[in-house]
Amino acid sequence: MIPSAFDYAAPTTVEEALALLAGADASGDDVKLLAGGQSLIPVMKLRLADPSLVVDLGRIPGLSGITDNGSSLTIGAMTPHHVMATDPLIAAHVPLLSQAAATVADPQVRHRGTFGGALVHADPAGDMPAPALAMDAVFNITGPAGPRSVEAAGFFQGYFTTAVEEGEILTSITVPKFDGWGSHYEKFTRVAQQWSIVAVAALVRVEGGVIAEARLGLTNMASTPLRASATEAALAGCAVDAEAIAAACAHAAEGTDPASDLNGDAAYRRHLATVVARRAVLAAVGLQGTRG
Amino acid sequence: MSTTTESAHSSGPSPEIGKSRLRKEDARLITGRSRYTDNMVLPGMLHLAMVRSPYAHARITNIELTEAKAAPGVFAVLTGTDLAAEQGSLPNAWPVTPDQKAPAHPAVAIEEVAFAGEIVAVVIARSAAAARDAAELVDVDYDELPVVMDLEEAFTDAVLAHTSLESNKSATWVFDSAEAGTGTSIEDALAASDVVVERTLYQQRLIPAFMEPRSTVVDPTGEQITMYSATQIPHILRVMLALTLGIPESKLRVIAPDVGGGFGGKLQVTPEEIITLLAARRMGKPCKFTETRSESLQVGHHGRAQVQRMKIGATKEGIVTGLSVNLLADMGAYLGLITSGIPILGAFMYNSIYKFPAYRFECNNIFTNKPWTDAYRGAGRPEATFAIERMMDELATELNMDPLVLREKNWIKHTEFPFATVAGLEYDTGNYEAATAKAVALFDYDGLRAEQKRRRDAGATIQLGIGVSTFTEMCGLAPSRVLGALNYAAGGWEHAQVRVLPTGNVEVVTGSSAHGQGHETAWSQLVADRLGVPFENVEVLHGDTQVSQRGLDTYGSRSLTVGGMAVLAAADKVIEKAKVIAAHLMEASEEDLDFTNGAFTVRGTDTSTSFSEIAFAVFSAHNMPDGVEPNLDSEATFDPVNFSYPHGTHLAAMEVDTETGQVKVLKYVCVDDIGVVVNPMIVEGQVHGGLAQGISQALYEEAVYDDAGTLVSGSFVDYLVPGAPDLPHYITARTETPATSNQLGAKGVGEAGTIASTPAIVNGVLDAIRHLGVTDIKMPCTPSRVWHALQEAKSTGGVQ
Ligand SMILES: Cc1cc2nc3c(=O)[nH]c(=O)nc-3n(C[C@H](O)[C@H](O)[C@H](O)COP(=O)(O)OP(=O)(O)OC[C@H]3O[C@@H](n4cnc5c(N)ncnc54)[C@H](O)[C@@H]3O)c2cc1C
Repeated sequence: MIPSAFDYAAPTTVEEALALLAGADASGDDVKLLAGGQSLIPVMKLRLADPSLVVDLGRIPGLSGITDNGSSLTIGAMTPHHVMATDPLIAAHVPLLSQAAATVADPQVRHRGTFGGALVHADPAGDMPAPALAMDAVFNITGPAGPRSVEAAGFFQGYFTTAVEEGEILTSITVPKFDGWGSHYEKFTRVAQQWSIVAVAALVRVEGGVIAEARLGLTNMASTPLRASATEAALAGCAVDAEAIAAACAHAAEGTDPASDLNGDAAYRRHLATVVARRAVLAAVGLQGTRG
Repeated sequence: MSTTTESAHSSGPSPEIGKSRLRKEDARLITGRSRYTDNMVLPGMLHLAMVRSPYAHARITNIELTEAKAAPGVFAVLTGTDLAAEQGSLPNAWPVTPDQKAPAHPAVAIEEVAFAGEIVAVVIARSAAAARDAAELVDVDYDELPVVMDLEEAFTDAVLAHTSLESNKSATWVFDSAEAGTGTSIEDALAASDVVVERTLYQQRLIPAFMEPRSTVVDPTGEQITMYSATQIPHILRVMLALTLGIPESKLRVIAPDVGGGFGGKLQVTPEEIITLLAARRMGKPCKFTETRSESLQVGHHGRAQVQRMKIGATKEGIVTGLSVNLLADMGAYLGLITSGIPILGAFMYNSIYKFPAYRFECNNIFTNKPWTDAYRGAGRPEATFAIERMMDELATELNMDPLVLREKNWIKHTEFPFATVAGLEYDTGNYEAATAKAVALFDYDGLRAEQKRRRDAGATIQLGIGVSTFTEMCGLAPSRVLGALNYAAGGWEHAQVRVLPTGNVEVVTGSSAHGQGHETAWSQLVADRLGVPFENVEVLHGDTQVSQRGLDTYGSRSLTVGGMAVLAAADKVIEKAKVIAAHLMEASEEDLDFTNGAFTVRGTDTSTSFSEIAFAVFSAHNMPDGVEPNLDSEATFDPVNFSYPHGTHLAAMEVDTETGQVKVLKYVCVDDIGVVVNPMIVEGQVHGGLAQGISQALYEEAVYDDAGTLVSGSFVDYLVPGAPDLPHYITARTETPATSNQLGAKGVGEAGTIASTPAIVNGVLDAIRHLGVTDIKMPCTPSRVWHALQEAKSTGGVQ
């Protein structure tokens, strides 16, 4: 498990980092940004990636941490999963992100792996993309042409592919506060520490005993995270009732295109999505344990 | 066991046997002061990297080395042709039949590769990184050949795993109770049975997945070639290297430093060890090879991989009349050290704790284009136990009988020991009634059956099942005569030395080379107990053929029952020697001396001399009795007369989520009878680890290949090994019927948990959903398999 030889740079400003990316691009070198390294280092050690230059974002101040903007939070791309899982601002306003981050791997990985790294890496089985999609997060990217922002709907573009272009850096993510919403991240795995086989991120707003609005993000049901739109529509106006919720969640697999692998084939995943979605919504509205 | 000297042993309550001593070795192991092979750095040491075939079956047409040889830091790049004159063929020590067929197995392939990962070239370089980089530059041309991956397909010989062989069949080994005179004819028995249940069961391929990857360092400088290796078998390795490479054994020293687990996976003579030795000899410099985790999963030998075609007959009252076992056993592409014998080790265990009269076992050893299989925790016995315990549950269902009731009708009663089994063994002791009664009580069997019925009646989403496994196994490998009768090349004895230092400290040298089992602690307890010296004053030395010259190493739950007995026998000889000297020093007669708490006392007086006083007297040798050598050292070799037969009853309460197929162990009770226990804490550790591994076969692990022969589960992302959160809180207890085959009454515990737990789990899963029409699920019982089985049952109208 020895990677190919590579050069290493540890810039201390975003501008410096961008310049390194631009320089490598100009000379045709393969360059990779290093965040927590929890995805990049393994692929390098397996020699599935052999960048000639690795640019470490870890020494740039300001890329990590959470800012309260009033109606939204801005989360630095380099914020580790551990902080996501334990930060009081996140827990108070976007608990879905704490819930999802707490399911990522083990404490070691959570201390090194970052929110931004997980989003840019965009593993279909990764746990952070679906919640970000469900929340309509905004991705703040900077590059040679200056900063730009991308809406969640346009960010996840394909298998391990996002709107972050070569030469660009994801600097932060802005998420609206979901005060007053119920939320739950339901992750289905075979062992406690595993990538999601299927997971569902649910945000539900209940008004007067009726579900007013629901947002559901699906993990590992396609090459990108998806919204369970049919279920979201069916849930709107639905009573907070186990049977009604189950009926709505029966649509969870509509429009999905899951892979088949050692953990299960596509048919199984489609079925799982309906069960996991129901369990996520039930938990989000406080009916956890209702299994019918 | 006849060589013991009971008279010398203090008769008072034993201070050490039965004490949960913390392990001596742990301070070193958990604070990073351990010495693993990969930590070894020798002056001028070179590093190796292997070039491996990406194809599962291919002819090598050309190997281009120019670029690799020119790469920075590279000393040499060698192919199979370069090594052809020296490398020989890797050894198989167990030709199970006289006509066993096996392809030649050069460490570096010369013409043909027969599994993906087989070595085709080796790079020797200044650093491991340089070696790896250059390995990428070796350009090998292959002509692909057809591959055969599936065991049942391989059996048909439609595609051959080796072009040099005419059939994929290596050997057929048969045991028939009528022919052996141990029972009656199976054909007659099945024909006369009221019911015959027939099933085909599958043992998936498993990867040992020990913590420390394999590593070898060879130092060719000096008079001897010294090999450090992460191996379970330094002694056997030394003999085999000598035989394979033609190096005089006396010119080889093998050292197994701290070894991070093995589970049978390091009971092998590996191509990498041979290659590292040859490279070091050629270069005249120390060489190191440490495998990556990927290589470890890919090419370290695997385990299990059998198809078990079973037939069991019974009367309608539930008395079993006979068992027929027809196996296909996947050897992989080559025969390793004991590959061919592993399924045969199971042959004696399919009858388990039951006493039916007719038994036939046939095993076909088959080649495929996969890596070799060989010993893996339990080695043959888990397969046997799984099959018989699954069949007992199937029979219970067929007869509409409680699975425990069916077992009780058929097991050997405690009053019937010693019992000559239909498979030809003699079980010395056991009490299945006692272990089962204890397990049933701890488990709340009736309460859980009631809960199961409640959930069934309610059509609950989460169903409950109860899995039963009453097992026995043979361990303490092994009486040398028995191994000889089975055509195994070596014996099963073990050797020990006890050396008394001038200050009264004691060095114990054992041939049983530990790799995580805690020998340093347990052997210290044995010797402290026997010699009456403080536990702390005993030092256990092992794992170096220059320190421990004779030994047969650690596997088959043999260490205490064989190696431990050699230690005790050697200690007893020390006492005999010391007694002569004590008598001389105290001017008393030997017959008048008592040995208690580390001192000889003249009976009826307060005249005594301590063990350390004698030790120093021997050292100074000023006043020795005439004709007595001035030393207190001794050695002993113990060869057991019989195996030992641990047994127990394991009960698992399994929850199955019928919506997702998710399976959970709700409660696990195991009552093990492993005879007399030296260190309960170590035993508990072995039980827990064993259970984890057995449960893991039932639920998690499987080596999966694609049709081209590539390992799909090639990393821990896909080869699922459970962690602590995935395993239940075990409820463990013991009953104790001492073994009679050794003076301590110990039986061995290294594999019991693994052997017993797999069928308990699968039986429990099936019991939870059998009423929904599911009759079998292949291991591992993944959520997706369970769910698909439920769907299939539903669609074929299995639901009631
Ligand atoms: C054992 C293990 C188990 C895991 N289990 C899970 C799990 O259960 N669920 C889960 O979701 N994840 C899991 N992960 C992955 C973990 O979440 C990673 O941390 C994450 O996928 C990548 O984050 P990172 O900060 O480590 O990124 P890195 O590995 O450093 O980078 C990943 C990729 O993103 C790029 N990149 C990183 N940051 C930026 C940026 N700011 N701008 C532009 N590009 C960037 C890098 O160039 C690289 O291509 C696991 C990882 C390990 C090692």
